[in-house]
Amino acid sequence: MGLFDYFRAPPSKSAALAKERLQIIVAHERGGRRSSPDYLPALKKELLEVVRKYVPIDQSQVKVHLDREGGYEILELNITLPDEEQRSGQPR
Amino acid sequence: MATVIVVTSGKGGVGKTTTSASFATGLAQRGYRTAVIDFDVGLRNLDLIMGCERRVVYDFVNVINNEANLNQALIRDKRVENLYILPASQTRDKEALTKEGVERVLNELKQTFEYVVCDSPAGIERGALMALYFADEALVVTNPEVSSVRDSDRILGILASRSRRAEQGESPVKEHLVLTRYAPERANRGDMLTVQDVLEILGIPLLGVIPESPAVLQSSNAGVPVILEGGSDAGAAYGDLVDRFLGKDLPHRFMEGQKKGFLQRLFGGS
Ligand SMILES: Nc1ncnc2c1ncn2[C@@H]1O[C@H](COP(=O)(O)OP(=O)(O)OP(=O)(O)O)[C@@H](O)[C@H]1O
Ligand SMILES: [Mg+2]
Repeated sequence: MGLFDYFRAPPSKSAALAKERLQIIVAHERGGRRSSPDYLPALKKELLEVVRKYVPIDQSQVKVHLDREGGYEILELNITLPDEEQRSGQPR
Repeated sequence: MATVIVVTSGKGGVGKTTTSASFATGLAQRGYRTAVIDFDVGLRNLDLIMGCERRVVYDFVNVINNEANLNQALIRDKRVENLYILPASQTRDKEALTKEGVERVLNELKQTFEYVVCDSPAGIERGALMALYFADEALVVTNPEVSSVRDSDRILGILASRSRRAEQGESPVKEHLVLTRYAPERANRGDMLTVQDVLEILGIPLLGVIPESPAVLQSSNAGVPVILEGGSDAGAAYGDLVDRFLGKDLPHRFMEGQKKGFLQRLFGGS
């Protein structure tokens, strides 16, 4: 490194940008990699039918999410029930 | 029980063959019976890097097709005891590596060798998949550069889902990061990913950092694995890597680069 290099414009710090872009793309590709099993849509539909026997809900209120952690798979079910008053008067 | 180790990367030209040659040589130098196999069908290169290209008679595919037996195809290294090379075929038939064939050859090698090192071709096609399928451990060779890191991550995904260990539900392939062609000064200046950056993104244990070094080209010109040039930085780094693989707890060298003082920076000296 000589005299001119020393007085050169400050470094671009492009590595920081590289790291940020990599973190995003790698997280995205890892997400797609764990392909969800093909029974999930059917499971969701049947769940909806069962819950509807008791409480009126619509499709968007059932969330099914599969996660993998180490050697485990975690199936997360989230069913949001409507408010009490919306529910009253509905068939049991 | 023999251990099968794949040297893989996804991206081409990052240093898999250089690493395979030095890693296998280092294991043999330390007394372990070691075979190194070139899986790069059609693009044989390991023989050149190991300096045995003129002694190739039969190759991996000949053995798979029963045109030669393993002992006829294995080349005994002239410099290091306990070291044998199984060269790749120059055939253009990409289907030549069958899973059954590869398995049979590996099983036979496992009878007599303690370590079997598989030099993977680039990409995620058949050759690369065959090289990693039977692996117990993987050296994931990565350069501090965006496309190499991304491809390494994809290879990690494949190791976790499409290796024999994954398919059979056995304990997963043990992963090691080998960061090669590292230029500490550039990383310190902020224009190259640092070791830490790559570790954070890939999240696997670091086995070794190999500096960018003119010694690699020089030793490949001569057909001598760079680890045998112990006086060179890259050679010493590969030596440490092998010791670490065998369980020694060594600090990582060649990560810092020289810190230059003001005068040194002003008046040069690289
Ligand atoms: N640490 C290093 N310093 C400098 N040059 C290096 C280093 N490691 C590898 N190289 C050079 O990079 C080039 C590619 O190396 P190598 O053949 O080992 O890569 P590869 O991953 O096996 O490639 P391919 O994907 O084509 O099989 C060679 O010219 C080699 O000399
Ligand atoms: Mg190669």
